[in-house]
Amino acid sequence: MTAAPPAIVEATVREALRSVHDPEIPTVSIVDLGIVERVSVTPDAIHVELLPTFVGCPALDIIRDSVIEALAPLGQPVTVDFTWRVPWTSDRISEVGRARLAASGFAPPAKPEDVHCPYCQSARVAMDSAFGPTACRSLFYCRDCRQPFEAFKTI
Amino acid sequence: MTAKGITPETVPALAEFLLSMADDEFVIGFSDSEWTGIAPILEEDVAMSSIAQDELGHARALYELLAILLDDGRDADALAYDREPEAYRHASLLDHGRGDWATTMARRFLYDTADAARLASIGEGWPPLAELVAKIRREERYHLMHVTVWANRLAAAGGEARSRFVSALEALAVDAPSVLAAPEAEGALLAAGILNRPMADAAAEWRVEVARILDPLGISLTLYADPAPRDLARVPSTDFQWLWGEFTSVRRSEVGATW
Repeated sequence: MTAAPPAIVEATVREALRSVHDPEIPTVSIVDLGIVERVSVTPDAIHVELLPTFVGCPALDIIRDSVIEALAPLGQPVTVDFTWRVPWTSDRISEVGRARLAASGFAPPAKPEDVHCPYCQSARVAMDSAFGPTACRSLFYCRDCRQPFEAFKTI
Repeated sequence: MTAKGITPETVPALAEFLLSMADDEFVIGFSDSEWTGIAPILEEDVAMSSIAQDELGHARALYELLAILLDDGRDADALAYDREPEAYRHASLLDHGRGDWATTMARRFLYDTADAARLASIGEGWPPLAELVAKIRREERYHLMHVTVWANRLAAAGGEARSRFVSALEALAVDAPSVLAAPEAEGALLAAGILNRPMADAAAEWRVEVARILDPLGISLTLYADPAPRDLARVPSTDFQWLWGEFTSVRRSEVGATW
């Protein structure tokens, strides 16, 4: 006698989404980035609602495809929607997400006066430009370890 | 997402308003993207590219809302690219070419401050638009910071930098209020709560804000009151016709191609 496969619950889906990353921020899962807003599971479908970090984010199609791929093993059709109903804000990044950002050389979002160098933790840093290589990051310079670095924008 | 909650008589008014806003963001975004690779300093190359990307993203999201509203089979790309130059509804301020760096900064300054007043005038009448605008305003804050730094920098530099910036502001001042021209069917938008105040109120607030920033720099700029509604019969400038040729060239090179 074989047991019925365990029912898919929201937690299963959220756990599976931990393997999905924004290609511009590869060290933090979309769950820790705070862009997974709603997950709903019906008997025959999984629906995931995501919040774009920026309106002009060019990675949305890639993220949508990655979500569908990551949930495919659950064996249910998956739909992914993006919504503005809830604006994504940088304080949606989890503690784990912030720690991972710092570990990979990005200062997590903070007021400009509270930004610390992700390499030497110095507070003697200066913003070079509010605009970095992607919409979500600014350019900073550390006066102590003389290292340029990127900080996530507070938004 | 549907256009439900919008009465049939409000649809044309809202469509015209969305189109003018989307065209503004599209035209300034595309214009600014021309600085990629040739901005005066490297960090500006990055900043202008990033700002242009934001604006094009805002335009795309607005065209997507318009596509839902019109429901005539055209998607955001078709709305953005498949029109003749005469059919674009961008403000006259954006009908000027990007010019030199001082002109680009003067145009951005006048546009960003006016756009902030416009965005603040959008009410909760159509939730999909209100939600998008809430998100866009968070991003536009950074554009305003950027251009305010440049206004200060060019004005404080004196010499040619200041004189070019001031001349550009004066040359563009006549057309600047066009961003806040009242939509032709403003009454319908106010009645539906899509606008929370008349554009004349937004324009008054904008003039105060421009003076608040420019007065300490010793620049006094006359911004004419109550611009006429956007001229639907306007002949696009040669600058815009050239830009149109650029931004539609890839799309026209192979009709129906996917990239």
